[in-house]
Amino acid sequence: MSNYYGFGKIILSMILAMCLRIAPLPPELSVFNPDWVLLVLIYWSLAVPERVGIFHAWGFGLLTDVLTGRLFGQYALAYSLVIYICLKLHKRLRQFPILQQGLFIFFCLLLSQLLLFLIKNLQHPAQLHGTFWLPVFTGTLFWPMVYTAMRFVRLSRRIKE
Amino acid sequence: MAVIASIALLVAEHRSQQLDFLRATLSFFIDPIKYLVDLPTVMVEQASESISSYATLKKDNERLREDQLIHQTQLLKFEALEKENIRLRALLENSFKLGEQVLIAELLSVNMAPYEHIVVVNKGTRFGVHSQQPVLDANGVVGQVFRALPLSSEIMLITDPNHAIPVQVNRNGLLTIAVGSGQINRLILPFLPSNADIRPGDLLITSGLGGTFPQGYPVAVVDEFTSELNKPFANITATPKAKLDRNRELMIVWSNSTPVPLISKPPVTEPASKATPHE
Repeated sequence: MSNYYGFGKIILSMILAMCLRIAPLPPELSVFNPDWVLLVLIYWSLAVPERVGIFHAWGFGLLTDVLTGRLFGQYALAYSLVIYICLKLHKRLRQFPILQQGLFIFFCLLLSQLLLFLIKNLQHPAQLHGTFWLPVFTGTLFWPMVYTAMRFVRLSRRIKE
Repeated sequence: MAVIASIALLVAEHRSQQLDFLRATLSFFIDPIKYLVDLPTVMVEQASESISSYATLKKDNERLREDQLIHQTQLLKFEALEKENIRLRALLENSFKLGEQVLIAELLSVNMAPYEHIVVVNKGTRFGVHSQQPVLDANGVVGQVFRALPLSSEIMLITDPNHAIPVQVNRNGLLTIAVGSGQINRLILPFLPSNADIRPGDLLITSGLGGTFPQGYPVAVVDEFTSELNKPFANITATPKAKLDRNRELMIVWSNSTPVPLISKPPVTEPASKATPHE
């Protein structure tokens, strides 16, 4: 029962993250919109690594590809690589103070964005400007918020650790 | 393994269309999210509609009725002109393309990617929408269907940096291509020489070349023309006619591409006039 419930919570939080991902912000703000799906995925992979694995990341990556109308597989690729790293390091990361964790999240987001950039460049050498990298910074700034909010959600009714 | 799978998917979709089915299936899970995100906008709109006063509604109604009357009288003339045009074309031994059907689709207020001009509408392959269909609004060309999913479809605006549309200067028939600039209110015409006969205020219409867009719809108005001495091409920018950032209703067009035959076979022209003429 509790198992089932916990998974429902993960799914719900992912759906919420996807909603935020495509939220209709005014154009000046939308360039700041961080990659919520990845942030929430990272949280779950750190908190319940035996529950959220690479294949979940891959699946959610595919869904994000459809959601944002990308070529199939680019978010899947980025997410599964980032989550792989997170899973490898999750024991150490849980001990880190929030600042150090933030730095790690920064590099995770950067890696994902870099992969997306490379793929986009392969497709058509794109005319991207500096704003492409902004979500990495805002994502890092939002991480403490995501962390506390998700922690609250997780502990409000325990998901088995 | 996931990495290999994703790379395989990337390559596969880049090369061929075979993954459309997979995308359509996944979109059944994803489209509800788009509609969910759109919900607040719809609710606000409905609320503002339901509390708008009787007086405003009445005024709106009156204005619309007047508009309708004006348009109707213009259409009367239009029909005669159309017939005349067909006759003249027949004299030139030229076939005439007309008869377009439209489907009104509503924009979903979601934001797919900030640096791309792609919008989502609420009609998809269920309504027969397919990719590369032209999309218009009341003022001009908006873009084309980029990808049709079962319940929604993605539309690339003409201002997207990856979009180009064949156009024609309405004044003198000069043909060129308008490329998106990445700014919502700007198109660029990069392929005209410095001595081209084009000036600010010229209306650009679709030329019908390339086959995607039907001929004769307004696209943009030229607003700047500068040429530098030692460059072969002029710098020309234009402002789209369509209200790309304000409209919620768009029209997806099916162009009836069977040409109307020459005047010698009048009965055959009937099916063309059955399709809703729209211009």
